[in-house]
Amino acid sequence: GKIEWAMWANEQALAAGLIYLTGGIVGVAGQFRGWQFAAFGIAAGVFVCLLEYPRSKRSKGTSVERTGQYCFTVCVKAFGPLTSNYYVRALLHAALCVPGGFMLATVLGCVCLGIASLIYLSAAIHGEHWEPILHRKELSKRIGESIKKPPQNPPPRPPPELRRKKADHLETAAYDNPMTVAVSE
Amino acid sequence: MGNWIINHGLSAFIVVVWMGINIFLFVYYYMLYDLGPQFEYTRELLGAALPWARAPAAVLNFNCMLILLPVCRNLLSLLRGSFMCCERTMRKQLDKNLTFHKLVAYMIALMTAVHTIAHLLNVERYSNSLAGLYGPLAGNLSMLGDSSELNTTYLNPIRSTSTTPTLFVFTTIAGLTGVVITLALILIITSSMEVIRRSFFEVFWYTHHLFIIFFAGLVFHGAGRIVRSQQVTDPPHNNSFCEDQPENWGKIPECPIPQFAGGFPQTWMWVIGPMIIYLCERILRFIRYMQPVSYRKIVIRPSRVLELQLVKAGFKMEVGQYVFLNCPAISQLEWHPFTMTSAPEEDFFSVHIRLAGDWTEKLIKMVENLPEGAQGPSISVDGPLGTASEDVFKYEVSMLVGAGIGVTPFASILKSIWYKFKDSNPKLQTKRIYFYWLCRETHAFEWFADLLQVLEKEMEERGMKDFLTYKLYLTGWDQSHADHAMVHFDKDTDIITGLKQKTLYGRPNWDKEFEEVRKDNPSSEVGTFLCGPQALAKDLDKKCVKYSDVDPRRTKFYFNKENF
Repeated sequence: GKIEWAMWANEQALAAGLIYLTGGIVGVAGQFRGWQFAAFGIAAGVFVCLLEYPRSKRSKGTSVERTGQYCFTVCVKAFGPLTSNYYVRALLHAALCVPGGFMLATVLGCVCLGIASLIYLSAAIHGEHWEPILHRKELSKRIGESIKKPPQNPPPRPPPELRRKKADHLETAAYDNPMTVAVSE
Repeated sequence: MGNWIINHGLSAFIVVVWMGINIFLFVYYYMLYDLGPQFEYTRELLGAALPWARAPAAVLNFNCMLILLPVCRNLLSLLRGSFMCCERTMRKQLDKNLTFHKLVAYMIALMTAVHTIAHLLNVERYSNSLAGLYGPLAGNLSMLGDSSELNTTYLNPIRSTSTTPTLFVFTTIAGLTGVVITLALILIITSSMEVIRRSFFEVFWYTHHLFIIFFAGLVFHGAGRIVRSQQVTDPPHNNSFCEDQPENWGKIPECPIPQFAGGFPQTWMWVIGPMIIYLCERILRFIRYMQPVSYRKIVIRPSRVLELQLVKAGFKMEVGQYVFLNCPAISQLEWHPFTMTSAPEEDFFSVHIRLAGDWTEKLIKMVENLPEGAQGPSISVDGPLGTASEDVFKYEVSMLVGAGIGVTPFASILKSIWYKFKDSNPKLQTKRIYFYWLCRETHAFEWFADLLQVLEKEMEERGMKDFLTYKLYLTGWDQSHADHAMVHFDKDTDIITGLKQKTLYGRPNWDKEFEEVRKDNPSSEVGTFLCGPQALAKDLDKKCVKYSDVDPRRTKFYFNKENF
């Protein structure tokens, strides 16, 4: 079907965040030259992961949440247009990825995040934006209420043709009549 | 426990063997690079990061060899046909090809991560060695260059202190190919996530073709031969004696200058076989693509379901198989799978196409605008490709469960039964069939209800009411359905399908069903076939295990799943 680019951008960005983070950890732990860029990589990686973890609601079709993403959704939603606009995200990722290019351990994270930024740009151009997936708690309450309310209508009855007993078709009648029925019409 | 072995034993065994080989390769190559004397000087520079990089490399070789094989669907189809012995178990194994492909892919991803991290450390250490940060031995080893006058060969691939690790990686074959193929791998993985695959198949399919770049880069990855081992010199260089006095190398007889050479690149030896096999697979698909296909009949069924009856020279199918259709007028590169709904006994093959996305929508629209009796748009067919349903006649008793659109392969099976019956075909080993059709609504499956009506009549005429027992479950009923059913409850035929067998509402109680089948068939082997959602598969799988008896004289349930 029609691709919602943001979905792929989201997967790519999340992966990029993890790779940026891992590269950063290696750079800092190994005390590589230029470890300051690696330290930045760790911070940027964590930030990107937190931002990208909550999936957006799809414009068409069912959205699948990531486990436990509700708290992240609330946080991300709080930033309003800064997080829901994909142009801003594309720019943000592009900016975050640049320092990664200065050190080998974070180069891969840099390129992956750059690609994610490009896909987000494509999503933005196609008019997509981030929508929070929120639970609909009200629905369950409604069902509970109706159980307590007594039925307003009588139970359904078969239509009149079946209800009336015809003398020559006594077996097919819908119920037993205590009184004998005379032929009518 | 015994039941689990019957149903899952072989898969578990294969995974254990595969994992065992992985572990063996990892440990063997780790030891080789960690303890091997020819790498002693290399370890001086690189430390523990050397074996940590080389061990996953070996595991990667093995898994990159394996990954192409499970997706050669035509090859697998041939294999399925040729497994005459151990039929049932071997055929089930090949159903799990995609699961295995994913497992191998995860291993590749994991090993790539370990390999890359280890090499990051390696490059940094090479750089530091050259700068003299690891002492005189490492420093002197690093300064050995490739020079014929001085009779030296290099050990440290970084030759200049002005080369940063990043620059080094992008100017060596190994570094450049490594980055490119890792990037390709990451893109393949992110586009293969279930969410993307199920919703936007084209993104998944096209991005997946980056595997071509992956394999090309992989084959050349070792060409630079930058992991060096020490060669035997004449007179030999005594490492333990000479390592403390690097300044005397070449000056005293016990310590000639040590010589180094890179290992012969081996990856191509692992992957060339499967690459050729996969190439053959793609060529075979292309050849099938070029065969002309003509339309015998086009029918537009209720609910905009398109039935295409096609004829192709030399096409032979079996029940429940599927084909891939390609319509160049809609998209040059897209191939979409459709289960065939015709029986092998017919002289054509048919598919019922439901509106499910862009491609199907365009096809239906094109066909709707065709004049009466005209040929449809030019179409190519790849297949037939076999799945579990081929086995349905080999079981004495079969339970067929079709959920929603999953009922399609069973159309083929039921039609084939009808033909085999008419011809009194001795190949039919089946004595009883239980068919369960689950759907939310019968919308778009009216054609299937028609088929059942015809079969129902046939069965009655021949007095074989027992052969086929079918139950229809309408899982999407609501109040209006219930009302309607209550009103018409006296009628002979079902109000929804028009069949003698009444529609049941809600989901089936599988425990009851399995009990019933077990009671009616106390000593048979029952094959359970499902075409439907994963959750139901898990459910049925568990029930098969639960109701199977290890005692060979009693009922045993085997579970097969058709994967889409």
